[in-house]
Amino acid sequence: MTPTTAPPARQPEPGAPPPALRVEGLTVDLTTPTGELRAVDGVGFSVHKGRTLALLGESGCGKSMTAQAVVGLLDPVARVTGGTAHVNGTEVLGLSRSQRARLAGPVLSIVFQDALTAMNPVRTVGAQLAEPFRIHRGLSRRAARERAVELMDGVGIPEPRARARSYPHQFSGGMRQRLLIAMAVALEPDVLIADEPTTALDVTVQAQVMELLADLQARQGMALVLITHDLAVVAEHADEVAVMYAGHVVETGPVTEVFTHPRHPYTRGLLDSVPERAAKGRPLHAVPGSPPELGSIPTGCVFQSRCPLAADVCAAERPRPRPTGPSRAAACHRSEELASD
Amino acid sequence: MTTTPGGRRRRNPSGARTGPPRWWTLLGGDRVAVCAAVVLTLVLLTALLGPLLIGDRAIRQDLDASLRPPSLDHGFFGLLGTDVLGRSVLARLIEAAGTTLSVAVPAVLCSLVVGSAVGMWAGYHGGRRESVAMRVADVILSFPSLLLAVVVLYVFEPSVANLVLILAIARVPIYLRTARAESAEIRSRLFVDAARTFGTRSGATIVRHILPIVLPTLLTVATLDFCFVMLTESSLSFLGIGIQPPEVSWGLMVAQGRQYLQTAWWIAVLPGVAIVMTTVSATILAAWARLATDPAQRWRLTLPRGRRRRPATTGEGTP
Amino acid sequence: MLTFLRRRVVSSAIPLVFVVLGVFCLARLTGNPVNLYLPLSATPEQRAEFAAAHGFDQPIVTQLADYLTSLLVLDFGESLRTGQPAAEMVLAAFPATLQLAGVTMLIAIAGAVLLGCAAAYRPNSLADRVASILSMTAASIPDFWFAIMGVLVFGVTLEWLPTSGVSGGPEVWILPIATLLIRPFGVLVQVVRGAMVTALAAPYTKVARSKGASEKRVVFGHALRNAAMPALTVAGDLTIGLVNGAVVVETIFGWPGIGKLMIDSILQRDFAVLQAAVLITALTIFALNILIDVCYALLDSRVRQTVPA
Repeated sequence: MTPTTAPPARQPEPGAPPPALRVEGLTVDLTTPTGELRAVDGVGFSVHKGRTLALLGESGCGKSMTAQAVVGLLDPVARVTGGTAHVNGTEVLGLSRSQRARLAGPVLSIVFQDALTAMNPVRTVGAQLAEPFRIHRGLSRRAARERAVELMDGVGIPEPRARARSYPHQFSGGMRQRLLIAMAVALEPDVLIADEPTTALDVTVQAQVMELLADLQARQGMALVLITHDLAVVAEHADEVAVMYAGHVVETGPVTEVFTHPRHPYTRGLLDSVPERAAKGRPLHAVPGSPPELGSIPTGCVFQSRCPLAADVCAAERPRPRPTGPSRAAACHRSEELASD
Repeated sequence: MTTTPGGRRRRNPSGARTGPPRWWTLLGGDRVAVCAAVVLTLVLLTALLGPLLIGDRAIRQDLDASLRPPSLDHGFFGLLGTDVLGRSVLARLIEAAGTTLSVAVPAVLCSLVVGSAVGMWAGYHGGRRESVAMRVADVILSFPSLLLAVVVLYVFEPSVANLVLILAIARVPIYLRTARAESAEIRSRLFVDAARTFGTRSGATIVRHILPIVLPTLLTVATLDFCFVMLTESSLSFLGIGIQPPEVSWGLMVAQGRQYLQTAWWIAVLPGVAIVMTTVSATILAAWARLATDPAQRWRLTLPRGRRRRPATTGEGTP
Repeated sequence: MLTFLRRRVVSSAIPLVFVVLGVFCLARLTGNPVNLYLPLSATPEQRAEFAAAHGFDQPIVTQLADYLTSLLVLDFGESLRTGQPAAEMVLAAFPATLQLAGVTMLIAIAGAVLLGCAAAYRPNSLADRVASILSMTAASIPDFWFAIMGVLVFGVTLEWLPTSGVSGGPEVWILPIATLLIRPFGVLVQVVRGAMVTALAAPYTKVARSKGASEKRVVFGHALRNAAMPALTVAGDLTIGLVNGAVVVETIFGWPGIGKLMIDSILQRDFAVLQAAVLITALTIFALNILIDVCYALLDSRVRQTVPA
């Protein structure tokens, strides 16, 4: 497996503030019984204050692991082996555990996907929501509890004072997700990573939770990284998108542009598989095959085995992300051919 | 995304492998477990064949040879010294192996058979049958086993048969709970439903579909329980309410040697060593069996030695 | 909470009822008590008189009623050996056992929590190895032999510790507690370790870290509270098992507790004392079960709501 260098970061326009979060060349390796596997390979993206970046990809493409690597909560089997992540200009991947703990909450925060297992089943919701204030602000138990009640009110929990004494299992799925979000935004972080925040919820609740996230983002002006496999969520809520496939970012750019004029065959395949876009009466398009297993990622382009445009160069050489337009990039040897469609 | 263990990257000397590895391959990969298995086999052989070898040396008294320390001067049976009546400690150890196993093995087998049968039946049917069986198990378990033995052996004479009976009753709940939990889980699976749809009777379903799945777990529990039963028997014998003289068991030998602790340590120490060797072997073998019978863990035993423990540290939670 | 407690008391009382009835039946099974209490040379008249005096000529139901009423006033009859009331002897021996078991369990729980957490936090570390060796030992070493080895090494050879008895300083406690400790400690360490490994890998642990919680807070504030549940269940079973150990330890070290009393009364066929001792033990276990249920409910609100049938 050849180590790949980071894709060139987009040059910020002169005078513009640096991005709230900039990830470059992030590489994560897994220790497995059969050897080392590379789960995330040279991933890069950046997101500015008040903006939303969607990290889009199928399950298992490494998007959750990217998020966990950035917040420093990888499972013991995984570890970061390369790359940098700057939050407000500070590199965080090399920080010690206690240095990280100081950032976790007030600067960088994460919402996990399964709200039932993500909350401690034996502690009251109020105590769990009060924890950020106890840890970072050093508030007294009573004062922190007050803030927790305010938080619950802020995310739309009815009767927050009474409900603070309840346990996680006494809430519905949507309410739990709201609590989890409240916990993550308690200290108004600069960067919030939301890892599939709506996957476990049904459609109407999904919409409410997304609305809540958008609302909080507007109120607190944070940068939001939205990790999802849902094209509709991306189209509706994100400003920019980074499409991931088999541990690589294959295309980045503003959502509107990427979704109307995809410049990577994988992105186009994904978009073609959406029912609304398909022509009536024709069979629904699907990307043929399935993603490669981590142990058998080919040497060339990671997408070659499923790509309708695959050529000899794709098997020989792994494509680097190349600019395909203003603030856009795609990692494909043949992206020009897509542009002419 | 998860690579299956047992997969591609391992070279396999015997060519393509089909199905799970054989148990002896797994055992061969774990040297400690092999030692344990050898020790247990030796103990078993000693218990079976030993009495033929030693004749009456275990009870033959020779007051001239009283309290001889272990030495090479007095032949094979003098190796481990003699007790106060001049009986060979080695011969008595061999004799006691038979007694000890003749209590432990039937007790484990009885509780295994009864507990598993009732447990699977209760788990398969559920409802009232299940709760009655569990309640009975609770009652037995909420009472210290030694106390149970003490009271029963007070009423009935301490004999091998009574010991087996009391130990079996005390341990039935262990198998009952395990078998019930597993079969209650399997009951809800599709292939059991299918069998039921075809009108298979419950007994046949249990034997054909549930038993094969539950059996490995139950056997592992039984191996571990063998230690417990052996220890309880030796405790009872030590306390004077288990095996009665002139019969001899390891626990009883420790009790008899206790008063000569200051002058003849070997009488009390050696039977204890025998107990520990046997129980440690059974514990190791049980740990191995737990790994080998768990399809999700089995691959660890097929790894080269140096790497075996490493995945255990981080095996939890691959994405 | 009160409903929960009431139901648990009722369901825990079932074993107690079984024990009471069981002891009564066993009392009949031991043979005619008249033969047990009177010398062989007693005349038939003396036997009839004795039977009438103790109600043995009554129908079995009346006897059971008498037995139950005598239980209520803690009247278990008199010891054959000493002539003292059996209840008095048992209650006199009870505190010694309770102290021994209490101190042992406290050490076992505290030690197991610390060692188990350390082992789970850093797998394959020294603490992890010590923990696995300990639990192996607990499952394999006969406690009576361990005690005797202790006496041989520290009492006879080194002469550091007394070999038996309760008179003297704190050193008389060392060997009995060490012997009694191996099993609960070894088992509990393994349980705490396993539960902590699960809890530390759980998503809520990650969330706690994502809030910036210190490692101390993660381990003791979040993970341990969840791991306490399985540990508590096992600790209850182990305390019941401690009675087994107490019988052995008290016999070897001459500790004047209930275990020694039971063995002595068995060997001398002193049924009244045995019966009283068994019942007191059963009562203690009953109380312990209730206590554990209360702890359980306090720890986890889910238990309070879903009361087992």
